[in-house]
Amino acid sequence: MNLIELSYLDLLLASGLIVALAAMSLLLRLRVERQLLIAALRTTVQLLLVGLVLRALFAHATLSWVGLMALVMLLIAGYEVMARQKRPFGGVWGYALGTGAMFVSSFATTVFALLLIIGNDPWYYPQYAIPLLGMMLGNTMTGVALALDRLTGFAWQQQAVIETRLALGQEWREAMRDNIRESVRIGLIPIINAMAAAGVVSLPGMMTGQILSGTAPMEAVKYQILIMFMITAGTGFAILLATWIGGRRLFDERQRLRLDRLKSA
Amino acid sequence: MLIIEGLRVQEVTLDLTIAPGEIVCLSGPSGSGKSLLLRAVADLIPHRGRISFNGEECAAMPAHLWRRRVGLLPAESQWWATTVGEHFPRPVQAELAALGFGPEVMGWQVTRCSTGERQRLAILRLLALAPAALLLDEPTASLDQESIGRVEGLIDRYRKQHRAPVLWVSHDPAQMARVADRRLQINGTGVEEVSV
Repeated sequence: MNLIELSYLDLLLASGLIVALAAMSLLLRLRVERQLLIAALRTTVQLLLVGLVLRALFAHATLSWVGLMALVMLLIAGYEVMARQKRPFGGVWGYALGTGAMFVSSFATTVFALLLIIGNDPWYYPQYAIPLLGMMLGNTMTGVALALDRLTGFAWQQQAVIETRLALGQEWREAMRDNIRESVRIGLIPIINAMAAAGVVSLPGMMTGQILSGTAPMEAVKYQILIMFMITAGTGFAILLATWIGGRRLFDERQRLRLDRLKSA
Repeated sequence: MLIIEGLRVQEVTLDLTIAPGEIVCLSGPSGSGKSLLLRAVADLIPHRGRISFNGEECAAMPAHLWRRRVGLLPAESQWWATTVGEHFPRPVQAELAALGFGPEVMGWQVTRCSTGERQRLAILRLLALAPAALLLDEPTASLDQESIGRVEGLIDRYRKQHRAPVLWVSHDPAQMARVADRRLQINGTGVEEVSV
């Protein structure tokens, strides 16, 4: 079993399908052809660039270069988390909350897997470290963004209910309990669905990729299970952290609901 | 004794001492800040000034304990669980009867209750926590004449029994004449006493 290498001509052939789809869109006046072509172009350029970066990184596999790459990935993921919320926290909190939660959770889980489970030498070798971290961040990002969007959105809508509960002498934890529970649940839905459907409805991308490149199916499956567990744990802990700190931040030291700390939409 | 010194929210400043068992009615044009003042006394919004109850200062005790002591009834009642009973910390049979409810009301779904029923139940929910002072934001606004009389009677008994100071926001001059020991009116940035 060997990898059949793709030539650039192969990619050009595949891109013909996109062009055909865009032509259909033009013909039927669906007006998505522009978006479609731009997105296709973006994915090509971005992936080729990251390919170059990874090639360079593999050639210079030092901890500082791998760390720098990881940092850039984290900062971009942090921006995405903020951008996907309708009412993020104002000021530095809007960015730091999601980014911080992802940093603690994704990095800890990835380092845990690299050191204790995979045990490569050196442990930060980019062939394992970067794809693992990328999958962690990609999923954690979605989960944290969903959970925080729900948390702040609910606080905004339910201001009167929350303040009534406070007025009845409840502490903020109690007044926010339903909301935090629901936010955590919503943040975890995508990964729970992915685990439930894995292998039955969908073949997960990483496993598919490993099989395509010649890995024995059972080995690929084991890696996929490892990844699923890591992603779930990483996403879950990041969501717990983000909703706890975010929930706390919605209230001041006198346990008053402070919606003025959110950016107005 | 509820002592409010230099309480300032937006433009309005309030200085007021309410004796045990005394009812002070507060009125003023809409938008003049009555509700904000009540919310500030309950420490639900940032404010300037000092508030103390029986010698204990608001700022010196945990916020939720202060709010249990100084109970605020918001103008619109809010509910979060499915049934009425889930919102009550303890059974309240005698008080239910005083506002015309039977014990079965605890099993009712909140969404099926009328605005007036919810308003009366919100009053019972607050009193069930036995607050030592009451801040009432138009407690009878959505009630019919008979219910208004019952609520006024219930509050009257409560403040005598618990010697609770009551700050009562009302729009209705007749009601204020019935219940108030003293009356205050918001005038622009100040609050002045009106003769009863």
